[in-house]
Amino acid sequence: MLLIHCPYCDETLPEAEFAYAGEAHIARPADPMATSDEEWRDYLFIRTNARGPHYERWRHVHGCGRFFNALRDTVSDRFLMTYKAGVPRPDLPATEDAQ
Amino acid sequence: MSRYRIPGKGRVDHAAPVRFSFDGRSYMGLRGDTVASALLANGVHLMGRSFKYHRPRGAVTAGSEEPNALIGTSRGKGRAEPNTRATMQELRAGLVAESQNRWPGLGFDAGAVNDLLYPLFSAGFYYKTFMWPRAFWDRLYEPVIRAAAGLGRAPGEPDPDRYASRYLHADLLVVGAGPAGLAAARAAARAGLRVTLVDEHAEMGGALLSDPGVVIEGRPAWDWLAAVLEELRGLGVRLMCRTTAIGYYHQNMIGLCERLTDHLDSPPETAPRERLWRVRAARVVLAQGAIEKPLVFDGNDRPGVMLAGAAQTYLHRFGVLVGRRAAVVTAHDSAYFAAFDLADAGVRIAVLVDTRDAPPADLLDQARRRGIEVLAGHSVTATAGRLRIRSVRVNRVRDGQVAGGRAIACDCLLMSGGWTPSLHLFSHTKGSLIWDAAAQTYLPGETIEDCHVAGAGRGLWGYGAVLADGDAAGVAAASALGRAAAGAAPAVAHDRTGSGEAQRELPSDMAPSLARAFVDFQNDVTAKDIRLAVREGMKSIEHVKRYTTTGMATDQGKLSNINGLMIAADMLGKAPPQVGLTTFRPPYTPTTFGALAGYHRGSHFELTRKTPIDAWAEERGAVFEPVAQWRRAWYFPRPGEDMEAAVARECLATRASVGIFDASTLGKIEVAGPDAVEFMNRMYTNPWSKLAPGRTRYGLLLGEDGFIRDDGVIGRLADDLFHVTTTTGGAARVLTMMEDYLQTEWPDLRVWLTSTTEHWAVAALNGPNARKVLEPLVEGLDISNDAFPHMSVTECRVAGIPARLFRLSFTGELGFEINVPARHGPDLWRALMAAGAAHDICPYGTETMHVLRAEKGFIIVGQDTDGTVTPADAGLGWAIGKAKPDFVGKRSLSRPDMVAPGRKQLVGLLTEDGAVRLEEGAQIVDDPARPLPMRMVGHVTSSYRSATLGRSIAMALIENGHSRMGELVHVPMPGRTHRARITGTAFYDPDGARMKL
Repeated sequence: MLLIHCPYCDETLPEAEFAYAGEAHIARPADPMATSDEEWRDYLFIRTNARGPHYERWRHVHGCGRFFNALRDTVSDRFLMTYKAGVPRPDLPATEDAQ
Repeated sequence: MSRYRIPGKGRVDHAAPVRFSFDGRSYMGLRGDTVASALLANGVHLMGRSFKYHRPRGAVTAGSEEPNALIGTSRGKGRAEPNTRATMQELRAGLVAESQNRWPGLGFDAGAVNDLLYPLFSAGFYYKTFMWPRAFWDRLYEPVIRAAAGLGRAPGEPDPDRYASRYLHADLLVVGAGPAGLAAARAAARAGLRVTLVDEHAEMGGALLSDPGVVIEGRPAWDWLAAVLEELRGLGVRLMCRTTAIGYYHQNMIGLCERLTDHLDSPPETAPRERLWRVRAARVVLAQGAIEKPLVFDGNDRPGVMLAGAAQTYLHRFGVLVGRRAAVVTAHDSAYFAAFDLADAGVRIAVLVDTRDAPPADLLDQARRRGIEVLAGHSVTATAGRLRIRSVRVNRVRDGQVAGGRAIACDCLLMSGGWTPSLHLFSHTKGSLIWDAAAQTYLPGETIEDCHVAGAGRGLWGYGAVLADGDAAGVAAASALGRAAAGAAPAVAHDRTGSGEAQRELPSDMAPSLARAFVDFQNDVTAKDIRLAVREGMKSIEHVKRYTTTGMATDQGKLSNINGLMIAADMLGKAPPQVGLTTFRPPYTPTTFGALAGYHRGSHFELTRKTPIDAWAEERGAVFEPVAQWRRAWYFPRPGEDMEAAVARECLATRASVGIFDASTLGKIEVAGPDAVEFMNRMYTNPWSKLAPGRTRYGLLLGEDGFIRDDGVIGRLADDLFHVTTTTGGAARVLTMMEDYLQTEWPDLRVWLTSTTEHWAVAALNGPNARKVLEPLVEGLDISNDAFPHMSVTECRVAGIPARLFRLSFTGELGFEINVPARHGPDLWRALMAAGAAHDICPYGTETMHVLRAEKGFIIVGQDTDGTVTPADAGLGWAIGKAKPDFVGKRSLSRPDMVAPGRKQLVGLLTEDGAVRLEEGAQIVDDPARPLPMRMVGHVTSSYRSATLGRSIAMALIENGHSRMGELVHVPMPGRTHRARITGTAFYDPDGARMKL
C-alpha cells in the first residue's frame, strides 16, 4: 500500500484515504464552443500514458476532500512529489529520490 | 516408543505423547512434532499421491516448501483444510489427517493407472489432445478434466472460525529467525531500534535447530539460541513464531499471516484462528535462508527419497530417523554433514554418491573414519520399490560416459542438489535478480525498497559468514535510521561450510524417454517434459512454465524452478540468465481466505445503509432489495401474496387513492453561496437563472463527453441556496464531480457543497388523495393547487416537525415529498400513516415505484441509460438550456458522432400479446428470419406488468427509434420470439393532468 503526502493536510497517509483522478494539467478550454472537433477530442480522450514520471491528479477523498497533483513514476510506483491544485507544472526532479 | 524415534533426542517433549489419526489409523507422536515427523517416527513415508500420475509420494522436505506431503486436516464441521503441508502442521491431540488424491486408498489407488499411461501425458498434453472435435469440449472433455482436477477437497460448510487483523509499525522487520536474522535483530535492537522478528516455524532458530553441534560465541548452538532469544526479549523485540511473511508490498509494507490456534489441542472458542498483520517498517532485513534443491533422476520421487537437509532436521529437531539404512546422493558438501550426523546416530550409510569427481579431502577423511563408502564421480540412475524405496542404482560416470550400474539396498535416499537462495519476497519488491555463474544461482540485486537481504539468502554459506552478514545488516539498518551501532560478528567454532556444483538431470544410461526424473513434484513435471517443450518451440522460461506447468503448483516452484531453468537452458544452448526466471508473486505460501478477509465477512463484508423508516418497513413485513449499499423496501406483501400480486395491489391503490414511499435514499446535495446559480448553470444542462426561489425544476447532469450521468429534481430555496437531489446510486459520484469542477476548474466561484443525503428522511405521498392526507398536518402553509402548484418547494412544519416540502411527482399522480430531519423520520411516517388511514393509504416499495414511473415514461439513469445515451437519445432535449453559452458536456453534443444518424434512442415498446412481459436486457432484431448471427438493433431497458393498463409495458433503446414509431420489431427470448410495436414512452396520462390536480 502506497503512502501519499497530502499537500493540504501536510501529512503522509495510507493510499486507502485517496482516490486517483486521472492525468493532471489538462485544463478545460475557457470557451469549449470555440474549439474544433479535434481539439475537443484531444481534451476529452487523449492522454499521455507515460512510462515513468507522470503528472496526475489525486483526491484526499477520505480526508480533507481536496484534489491535488502528484508526480508519480508509473514504473516504480514511487511518488516523486505532490503539490496543490493550481500550482504550475513543476519540472522533473533531478533525481528520483527527491521527495 | 516408535521404532524410528531416538529416546531423549530432539526438541520434542518425550514425556508428552500426542495421539492423532492419519487415514483412519491411530498413531502416537510427541508434543513438538509435525504431522510429517510423527508419521516418519512411526516408519510411515507414504503420505500422498501425486497430482497427475497418482504416484506414491512421501515428505521430501521438512518445511513450507513441501510439494508432496499435502494432507487434509479437520477439526469438526466446517473446520477442514485441504492441502495442508504435513511438514508444517504441528501435531495436536486428536488431530484428524487424511491423505489426498487417491481412491479408494493410499496404498492402492485406482488413479495410478495414469502412471502407466505416462507416454500419453506429455508436455502440452491438454493443448494437443482436447483440440477437437469442438463439440466434445463441453460435454466430454471439460467435465472429465474438472472431475479429475484439483488437489484435496474444500469444505462445504461456512468456516466457523474467526480471523483477526492488525497494523504494526516498526523500525526494523526481520523476516526469518535463523542465524542471519537473529544476528540482525540483535545488532539493531542493541542500537535501540524497535525490532520485529518473524519466523514461519513453531520455534525460532532456523538452520541452528538442525545443527546443534555448531559452537557460537563459545556456546553450543542451542544454548546460544536460547541466550539470544532471551536478550531479544529483554530488548523489547517483538518475536513472532508461526508467522509467515506472505508478501512484500509498496513502501516497505509487509503482510504477515500469524497462525494462532491450529497447533492447540482445544483452542478457546472465541480465539481467532489466524491474524493478518500489515507491517510498515522503516527498514526490512530478509533473512529467509536458502532452500535445498532436489537432484533430478529416474525415480527421485519415490517415498523414502528426501532432501539431505530434511533428514538432518528430522534427526536433530524431532529425534526421528528417516530410515535405518540410508543412501546419499549429492552435488554439494552439505549432504556429507547430514550423512555424518545420521551415521553418528546409528544409521547405516549404505553409500554416499557424489556427482563431483573430487570432493573436498577433509570430508572424504571424515567419511572414511566413519566407514562410509564414498563414490565420487558417480550418478544415481534409478530407484526401486513400490510404496517405499528399496534400492538405488548407482553408475560410474567418466568423461560423460555412464558405466553399468549396480543396485544398492537402502530404505531411504538423501539427496542434495545444492541450495537456492529464497528470494520470493525480494522479488515482490520488483528487485532485480543477478545470475551468479560461480554459484549457478540467482542472487539479489537492486531494489527500490529500503530492504536488505542477509545470509544464505544472498548466497553466503557457513555459520560464521551468515552470522557476520546478519550482524552487518542489523548495524546497517541502525545506521540508516541514524543510530550508532557497533558490530559484533559472532565467533564460530565447528562451523559447517561448503560448496557444490549445479546439476541438470543426472547422467544416466537409461533411455531419456523412459526416465521418470521429476523436476516439479507437485505438478508431476519431468525433465523429459521440459526438454520436449523446448523442442516444440518454447524458448522463454515463461513459455516453458505454461506449457509444462512447472513451477505453477501451490509451492510456486520453490524446489523446481532452478532445476527446470538449468534443463531448459541446456536444451536451448543458452546461459540461464538468457532464458530468464519466472516471477514470484504473493503469497509466499498458500494463505487462507479467512486471513485475508479478516473481520470483513458476512454483514461486515460490505456496509448496509438503512433509512430511518427501515425498522418500520421490517416490522411491516417488507421484502428488501439492495440498491447501491442501501437496503430498500422492495414491496410489502400481504399474507398469501407473491411479488406480482403485491406490486399490482400497491400500484392500483396509489393510482386510486394514495400511496406512501420511503424516498430517503435519494442523494441530496446543498449548493450554497453567492455564485450558486452560476455554478448550477455550468454544471446542469438546464437554465437556472430564472428559476424563482420556491420553485423546482428537473435537472439533467452530463459528463463532459455529453452522456447522461445523473438527474433529479432541484429546488431553489433562496437566491443563493439550491437543494439538489440525485439518484440513489449517484449521490457520491455527483458530489465528487461537482467538487472536482469547483476546486480545479472554477476555484473563483463562491460556492459551498454539502452532502445532506443522510440528514433528511423523505416520505413521498402520491395519489389523488395525497393532499387530503397531508393538508391537516401542514402548519402555516396553504398547499392548494393554486397556492402551492406542481414543482413548488418551501419550508414549513409537518406534523409539528420542521420540513422541506416539495410538490413533485415521480408517479404521474399528485405528489408531495416531505423532507424532515432524519431523527424525526419515524414520527413523520407514523403521522402520515395515521392521517392516511381514512384514505386506505398504501405503503409501497421500489418495485411499485419503478412500475409507476415507467407507466409515465420517466427514465432511471443507469437502467434506461448506460453511459452512451445523450439527452436527445433519451428524449430529454427539452431539458437543455439552449441559450446558455456553456455547461458541462455541451460542446460534446455537437461532435460529429453525436449528431450522426443511427444512434440508439429511447422508445416505448408494446408487445402484440399484452400478457407477454419482455425480459429486461433482451436484444431486439428487425427480422428474425435472417441467418445467425443476426444484427441487433437495440435492447429492452425496462419492462413491467402494468396493473393500471392491464398489460405489459417496456422501454427500449433502438437505433433511430424516434423515427420508427408504430413499426414492428422482434425480441427473441428463450422459447420463442415476440413481436412488439415501437411507441412513445408515456403510457399513462400523457398530458400529465393528474399531477396537476
